[in-house]
Amino acid sequence: MSEWLEKQLPKLVLAPSFVAILIFVYGFIGWTAWVSFTKSKLLPRYDIVGLIQYDRLFVSPRWDVAFSNLFIFGFLFIVISMLLGLLLAILLDQKIRTEGIIRTIYLYPMALSLIVTGTAWKWILNPGLGLEAMIRSWGWESFSFNWLVDPNMAIYTVVIAGIWQASGFVMALFLAGLRSVDDEIIKAAQVDGIPKWRIYLSIILPSMAAIFLSAFIVLAHLSIKSFDLVIALTGGGPGYATDLPATYMYTMAFSRGDIGQAASSAMIMMAVVFAIVVPYLYSELRAKND
Amino acid sequence: MTKLNSKYADSGYIQKLILRSLLFLLLGIFAVYYLMPLFIMVTTSLKSLEEIRTGSLIDLPREVTFTAWKTAWSGACTGIQCEGLRPFFWNSVLLAVPAVFISTLIGALNGYVIAQWRFKGANLIFSLMLFGCFIPFQVVLLPMARVLGIINLAGSISGLVFVHVIYGIGFTTLFFRNYYVSIPVELVKAAKIDGANFFRIFISIFLPLSLPIIVVTVIWQFTQIWNDFLFGVSFSEAGTQPVTVALNNIVNSTTGVKEYNVDMAAAIIAALPTLLVYVVAGKYFIRGLTAGSVKG
Repeated sequence: MSEWLEKQLPKLVLAPSFVAILIFVYGFIGWTAWVSFTKSKLLPRYDIVGLIQYDRLFVSPRWDVAFSNLFIFGFLFIVISMLLGLLLAILLDQKIRTEGIIRTIYLYPMALSLIVTGTAWKWILNPGLGLEAMIRSWGWESFSFNWLVDPNMAIYTVVIAGIWQASGFVMALFLAGLRSVDDEIIKAAQVDGIPKWRIYLSIILPSMAAIFLSAFIVLAHLSIKSFDLVIALTGGGPGYATDLPATYMYTMAFSRGDIGQAASSAMIMMAVVFAIVVPYLYSELRAKND
Repeated sequence: MTKLNSKYADSGYIQKLILRSLLFLLLGIFAVYYLMPLFIMVTTSLKSLEEIRTGSLIDLPREVTFTAWKTAWSGACTGIQCEGLRPFFWNSVLLAVPAVFISTLIGALNGYVIAQWRFKGANLIFSLMLFGCFIPFQVVLLPMARVLGIINLAGSISGLVFVHVIYGIGFTTLFFRNYYVSIPVELVKAAKIDGANFFRIFISIFLPLSLPIIVVTVIWQFTQIWNDFLFGVSFSEAGTQPVTVALNNIVNSTTGVKEYNVDMAAAIIAALPTLLVYVVAGKYFIRGLTAGSVKG
């Protein structure tokens, strides 16, 4: 008996986590998927009626705004963070003695809560007393920077704060990548008199494809999950101009009491993550097992 | 000839000097960009409201006052309650400490099993856990709210601990599994021959080797849980809210005049623990970030 127990012990230790993941991740996804096919309102109902919630979702102007915002925000956030992170990594890779301090400065926003970041930028970008007022007081009376309260521009303030938070992290990823490139090849290229920018463009960057992919996955994932930043910075406003799927889902679930809409919007978020992450995880796990 | 050479070297030297200065100028500009919001937060929190209204955003405070800090800590309104951040700060501590401890312990055991006691299906279980790290949590919010109600943990700090442990397991397991996988399996075999059992091997061989990964995991989990807002705002009630939720309530509280200095002081207070961890153990913080993103 005790020998059997000893043999099964590893499985028994892993079992509770396995069961927990099955229930709280996969079971819950299943529950949400199920409810998204019902007429649930304030309380969940379990009789499936088809795609009615998705129909409602796709004709809702508010969801339309939230979903297009995801792409505006996601695209700008990912592209600019990657470019800025790459630039900073290359600048820092030039054998700088104070690299440690500079790296610490560039990366610290990543340690902050997005609520803190949102609060700080909300203050800086507020038109009355913030950046706008400051530049006006310098003599440029007609200067205007009121994106925070402009429905057409407010989503870009989320981009600004998001980039500030995450670009240092991308830099850290790229810096690690730059450091892992084989020194011998670079030295050989230098001996051949190839200019530095060409070395970066044709040798170093192509060898970092995996890091680019990782950075993309992390940033894409961050942008889909972005919730705190919008809540703290704009509260989804003005109106619902800066809604993202994450805030839409939350509003439906906890303030509107529309569980069906909450579930279906959560499933769309899930589908977007799925489309990005699954191919990546699959290739990663396969590469490891080979 | 020699004259020509030295002249050539000189212009090369000057060019290098210019490039270097340009490099440092750029690095400096970016340093200012990243530091500016923190600088503005600190200076704003030390100004009086009067000075904020009349002065400019980046002015240093003419008169340093700590009243905003005092209000943020023990007097600001987070709704109908006006006790400042203090009670919520302790909520976050009461929430983060057990959640970090439990999820790290579970992750260590899981990683140990998956990396060293391989059995059929272990890799599948690992993949399932890994995928769990990536789901948008919105997809589990509704059923979790119901389950917390059913098991009588709704609105309680224990309920939040439970939620953070469940959704932290994926990452903690990943960290420990990747760390233990590089330890040769012969070690376990030899220990088994010597008569050591499963837990004995874990406690006397693996745990002592694990300090670096424990530090990485604890920092990662602490940062995640302290900074969490989504679970906090979804699963807590008036008295049990974590500090991030309280901060957001203070900033968006509509009663009375807008006290920007109090908002900034509150934001800094909410950020202090994770900032402190970052400053003290930045190396491990970065390692966790990169390990959490570059799988394997």
